[in-house]
Amino acid sequence: MKLILTVNGETHEVESIWEGESLMHVLRERLGLPGAKNACEQGECGSCSVMLDEVLVCSCLVLARQAQDRSVVTVEGLAPPDDVGVVQQAFIETGAVQCGFCTPGFIMATEDLLRRSPAPGDAEIREALAGNLCRCTGYEKILDAVRLASARLGAMG
Amino acid sequence: MQATLQPRDLADALAARAAHPGALPMAGGTDLMVELNFDRRRPERILDLTRVAELAGWDREGDELVIGAGVTHARLVTDMRGLAPGLGIAARTVGSPQIRNRGTIGGNIATSSPAGDALPPLVASGARIEMASASGARSVPLSEFLTGPKRNVMAPDELITAVRVPVAQGPQQFAKVGPRNAMVIAVCSLSVHLDAVEQTVRTAIGSAAPTIVRATEAEEFIEGVLEERGAWERPGPLPASALTRFGELVAAAARPIDDVRGSAGYRRHALAVLGRRTLSWCWQEHRA
Ligand SMILES: Cc1cc2nc3c(=O)[nH]c(=O)nc-3n(C[C@H](O)[C@H](O)[C@H](O)COP(=O)(O)OP(=O)(O)OC[C@H]3O[C@@H](n4cnc5c(N)ncnc54)[C@H](O)[C@@H]3O)c2cc1C
Ligand code: FES
Ligand code: FES
Repeated sequence: MKLILTVNGETHEVESIWEGESLMHVLRERLGLPGAKNACEQGECGSCSVMLDEVLVCSCLVLARQAQDRSVVTVEGLAPPDDVGVVQQAFIETGAVQCGFCTPGFIMATEDLLRRSPAPGDAEIREALAGNLCRCTGYEKILDAVRLASARLGAMG
Repeated sequence: MQATLQPRDLADALAARAAHPGALPMAGGTDLMVELNFDRRRPERILDLTRVAELAGWDREGDELVIGAGVTHARLVTDMRGLAPGLGIAARTVGSPQIRNRGTIGGNIATSSPAGDALPPLVASGARIEMASASGARSVPLSEFLTGPKRNVMAPDELITAVRVPVAQGPQQFAKVGPRNAMVIAVCSLSVHLDAVEQTVRTAIGSAAPTIVRATEAEEFIEGVLEERGAWERPGPLPASALTRFGELVAAAARPIDDVRGSAGYRRHALAVLGRRTLSWCWQEHRA
């Protein structure tokens, strides 16, 4: 059976899938969108994070079929090609990106946080990013990036 | 695997359950997808419950909350404040935002892990599990629903439809021990609920016995202390010795084992600390 879903505003039809397949697998292997990273496939690392109907989820834990007729936003959908959004720019400037593997997941979690709470305190930032692991940065620069993005978005109103 | 079943209402879901006994129900998938991703499970097909309208919401009926099986942990965190605060506090300790946005109360109950974080507050509240099949519905107290680690009384043709939880009549607390503040399967956990109307104290221990257990001796002990001192009417400070004894009796009610997450001895020690702490938090709140 066909799988029909909207990703980054565009409707996709996937001719056939394995019924036990995850949304992450469909995004990466069938739609050629490698932004959501595959690391643990068990919800532990957050690097596969995407928005499903505007809710932050681990795409490795969503059955692709559950995304049928729903709307997915991946890191590729946050800004036009060759451009970056405010959160992405803040990550670049603060040195929050080292190997970059965890970055798409952190960006999605930060986007989600700042939409719900534009000026979060540190405790709130830590709670919001608790589902994302980074093996390079030691997290401090990532916290800086979130604070910077929050300040810039606040200034932009 | 055969085509996934995606019913939109409960009647269709129950009919699908009856017609396809080999179909595995899936709600948020946070337990099941791990098993599929790692080839630990290959069901014939999946029965997707995320579109079943009746499971998705919650409601208040008099002095009870009827929480649909499909309500996520994230919603419990925001919606249960003031109504079933212990359940909200426990839900906030589940996994991460991503897991809480997807994982459901029904999935937590059906998995029936002794470490399921929604379970201690539900047992302490005296919650009932509502189940239905194509041939009827029934309701069972959660303490009877759970029969052992990952075992329960649900029949193969049944679904959990809702959880019935009495609205809180006093402070409720939940605390959990683990190596981090997030993403932790409980080493052990404890719920303490005060009912200022009935003048009772209820407890439930997680992850330190084959299933969730109440510490009834601890409950009786502290109810006796409170009654003797007339403390429900004139809530003064609780003596440190009573808090300590309460903690000891909580620890004594556990039947912990040694496993990768912690030793039995550590679990007992931690439960005594959690007992003291959660009771004193509750009591401070009651006095305020
Ligand atoms: C990274 C990670 C961290 C986690 N952390 C925690 C934690 O801290 N605390 C905790 O308690 N749990 C934790 N979990 C486990 C899991 O998230 C919870 O148990 C969650 O509540 C399961 O709900 P679900 O809707 O995702 O279940 P699913 O995976 O959809 O289903 C789980 C089981 O319940 C059955 N089921 C689901 N709904 C129904 C229904 N309505 N009727 C009958 N059967 C049903 C399914 O058939 C399956 O057997 C974690 C999981 C992951 C991956
Ligand atoms: S790959 Fe999905 S959480 Fe790690
Ligand atoms: S930058 Fe390498 S894992 Fe985070």
